[in-house]
Amino acid sequence: MRFEHWFYTVPLRIRSLFRRGQADRELREEIRDHLEQQIERNLAGGMPPEEARYSALRSLGGTTQIEEQCREKRRVNYIQDFFQDLRYGLRQLRRSPGFSILAVLCLTLGIGANAAAFSWIEGILLRPFPGVAHQERLVAISGTKFGNDTKNIESGYTNLSWPDWLDFQRSCTLFDSFIVSRIMGTTLSVGERAENVSGSVVSANYFEALGVHPVLGRGFEPAEDFGRNAHPVTVISYWMWQQRFHGDPRVLGRAQLLNAVPHTIIGVAPEGFYGTFVGYPIGFWVPSSMQETFVPGGYKLEDRSGLWIEGYARLKPGVSIEQAQQQISVVAKRLESDYFSTNRGRGVKLFSLAETPFSQAGNLRPTLQITLAVVFLVLLIACANVSSLLLVRSLARRHEMTVRLAVGARRGRLVKQMLTEGLILSTLAAAGGLVLAYWCRNALVTVFSPGAGATVRLRGEMDWRVFVFSASVCVVSTLLFGLVPAMQTSKADLSGALKAESTTALGGRGKSRVRSGLVLAQVSLSFILVVGAVLLLQSLQRIRTADPGFSADNVLASGVNLVSAGYDPQRAKTFQDALIDRVQTLAGVESVALARVRPFSYLPYFSAAIAVDGYTPSPDEQPEAEYNQVGPGYFTTMGIPLLSGREFTRADNESAPLVAIVNEKMVAQYWHGENPVGRRLLVKGQTMRVIGVAKLAKYSSFGEAPRPFFYVPLRQDFSKGLGLMIRTSQDPGTMAAALAHEVRALDPNLAPSEVITMRQYILRSALSSQQIAVTLLTIFGGLALLLAAVGLYGVMSFAVSQSTRELALRMALGARGSEVLRLVMSHGFALTVGGVALGAVAALALTQLIGNLLYKVNPHDPLAFGCAFLVMMIVSLAACFLPAWRASRIDPILALKE
Amino acid sequence: MSKPSDLVQGTLDLLVLKILALQPLNGWAISQRLKQISGEVLQVSDGSLYPALHKLEQEGWITAEWKPSENNRRAKFYSLTRLGRKHLAKETANWDRLSAAISTIVKLKEA
Repeated sequence: MRFEHWFYTVPLRIRSLFRRGQADRELREEIRDHLEQQIERNLAGGMPPEEARYSALRSLGGTTQIEEQCREKRRVNYIQDFFQDLRYGLRQLRRSPGFSILAVLCLTLGIGANAAAFSWIEGILLRPFPGVAHQERLVAISGTKFGNDTKNIESGYTNLSWPDWLDFQRSCTLFDSFIVSRIMGTTLSVGERAENVSGSVVSANYFEALGVHPVLGRGFEPAEDFGRNAHPVTVISYWMWQQRFHGDPRVLGRAQLLNAVPHTIIGVAPEGFYGTFVGYPIGFWVPSSMQETFVPGGYKLEDRSGLWIEGYARLKPGVSIEQAQQQISVVAKRLESDYFSTNRGRGVKLFSLAETPFSQAGNLRPTLQITLAVVFLVLLIACANVSSLLLVRSLARRHEMTVRLAVGARRGRLVKQMLTEGLILSTLAAAGGLVLAYWCRNALVTVFSPGAGATVRLRGEMDWRVFVFSASVCVVSTLLFGLVPAMQTSKADLSGALKAESTTALGGRGKSRVRSGLVLAQVSLSFILVVGAVLLLQSLQRIRTADPGFSADNVLASGVNLVSAGYDPQRAKTFQDALIDRVQTLAGVESVALARVRPFSYLPYFSAAIAVDGYTPSPDEQPEAEYNQVGPGYFTTMGIPLLSGREFTRADNESAPLVAIVNEKMVAQYWHGENPVGRRLLVKGQTMRVIGVAKLAKYSSFGEAPRPFFYVPLRQDFSKGLGLMIRTSQDPGTMAAALAHEVRALDPNLAPSEVITMRQYILRSALSSQQIAVTLLTIFGGLALLLAAVGLYGVMSFAVSQSTRELALRMALGARGSEVLRLVMSHGFALTVGGVALGAVAALALTQLIGNLLYKVNPHDPLAFGCAFLVMMIVSLAACFLPAWRASRIDPILALKE
Repeated sequence: MSKPSDLVQGTLDLLVLKILALQPLNGWAISQRLKQISGEVLQVSDGSLYPALHKLEQEGWITAEWKPSENNRRAKFYSLTRLGRKHLAKETANWDRLSAAISTIVKLKEA
């Protein structure tokens, strides 16, 4: 039925659109034909010729109207009208290029900011893995521990064990595949050059499950998941192949040293595939069987308590994340009862990619969400600006509109015309905005400060969704900025408008009230942004000077990577001891110590199940705590006070009894606040003697809650990777040279990593997301201020130009220039204060949203609100001064003569 | 110019479709036919006929063709399409139902 309908109607519509001339000609002919026949009939009836003609015309009615009614029946006039409006609009915009350029620029900033923010969200949160098909079905998987606050990502989520992973794979029917993707770093030397590269330990199904096909060679085979270190093979990334192997196709089969183990290159991943970790581009992949070589802590493929897996799963089509969660939770519960000793209190949680707890996505998400809100505010301000520009122009076009109304144009038709003109502006702006967004797609990387030598990849994705988003922003903003002026214009009062140009007083009625409202909106919106920016800047300042619980300013951090250098444990121990002895004797060095993990490092601490005499855990609780392996003198060097007991010494080695130092929180939680020195601590079934209590410190971030933490001697839980802490008054540069000299003296093939103060080291990790938020909010806040200032300036200078007569009259009657200046300024200030008041109310509610980005700053901090108020007043002073000054210089005689 | 507000909504469409169902006609002939059939009861102005014809054409119920008329002038002849025939049948049924219902009500009132 529908189809048959189209069979008749579609050709007619096409004809009406494209052969309009012919259709119109035929219509005229048809009407004329009717008239002629009627005239003939009348003549035949005996009427005189003149009378016959008039009678025929009378009975038909106005031919022009009939033709127009017939044309309206063609159902395509909205399209024709649109094109007509388009042509007309373009002509209008060409006629006033100043206005057009200003309006398009404002909108380009507004729409461009939105497009850029959305493309970042698309590229980092929603579809972070270019080259991977159906990312909407991918979920991230993390383990959970009983009794942890799940809101706290840092301590709430754990990695998973390989045996559990295999069980999930076997038992979960709602999943297509489970993909292990554990990031690790290594030093890669090809030819002369060595550099830090991120790699991934992945399950053998990785490439197949992601739908990524190597351009050269093959992906992994199922067998390569199994056998301890049995399959030293690697797939390298396309960019790595190009940069380090010059795109040589003979690279296949070549052996490449990775962490001192020769790996055979078996494949090259396709161009544009950067692995599955948000933040760092992956350079190479190795199969799970090579886990021991790359993941610290030994062989874990047969160990259900060995947690090392980060990974993803792909859901079957149509399966919701809740259904999948339900199923995998059931399996996790079963594993808990089957393997009670290892899995007690463990669960599994699925996350959408945007919430991935183990990549940078989790860090950046709040920032990006706030950015999206902020750019929306910027768009509103830009729209208010364009809106008030349009209102000014509508005054200039009042005559045209009045005439059109007078000759019978309907109001709706005029509104349509005005909106079409608005659409032209915003379409041009959207095109410009997309270009802007394309330029900015890499902008986040420049504000994201990673550790030295690490390559960061945080790129906006410009796909069709970004285009659709920008198009809808474009339409919405057209309505936002175009509707008010359009309604105002079409409301033109015919009789009033035909009278002489009326001179409105400052702050007068009608349009100027609407314009004042728009300025009010702009001022209040920018006030919100300025408050936000000031709050974040305050928070940044607090972090810079925050106390992490150890001395950060005169401790230098560095490290030497013995894992990549292929040292065996014995050789590593000898090297470490020798290095400590050498550095100890360097000029200006107070003390030096080793640690597996430096505080605030991106490296995770190990976590272990613990048991304490006298503490009975609840039935499904598994007490756990994170720990660090540190060398002798660590507490002295770091300046972490010991509340009781003693520090580790060289005597606490492999052959000595196992010992541990616990922190305050552990004492409070497990020993009920009693001094535990001399008591037993069971860690993973091994008995350790507590020899000291350390003061609480920050371990991973400033925002973390106090948590149980303990230290064990490096020698009793050995690790080859090492961080070096040096307490010294020397500056990093001098120390770097001396340290490099000592390291090279021990082994000419080794070099220490960058030497920086602990303060710099922790700021890098603590500030990365803060830095992005501050930078973005400062940029957008500045933009908003600029737009608001332009808006205020426009309104004020327009008001002055409209009321020249009134002002001149006042001056003629004796008002002095300074009084006029004050009059105009006070009007501008009234608007600003009103806007700030509105903005302050909104800001009180909105700054709560950035609460989790703020460190020790109250979202309602009066200082921040005060600062923002001051900034707004200064800006409005600057924006109002020129118009006010001009008003005070009016020559009354000249002005009144005009 | 005046719209046939005295005609029940859609009645003009129904009349035109019915007339065209009998034979293809041009605009003027349709207007004559309307006057002939309905006489003084239904006042259809020629002015409202053409928009109605164009609407029916755009709906796909009638189709137009330029043909020489009796006095050898080119004229636009309208004829019913297959779709139009279906529509007419449906509308006629509707009309029957409606008029039957109304006349029942009207008679009830009088009784």
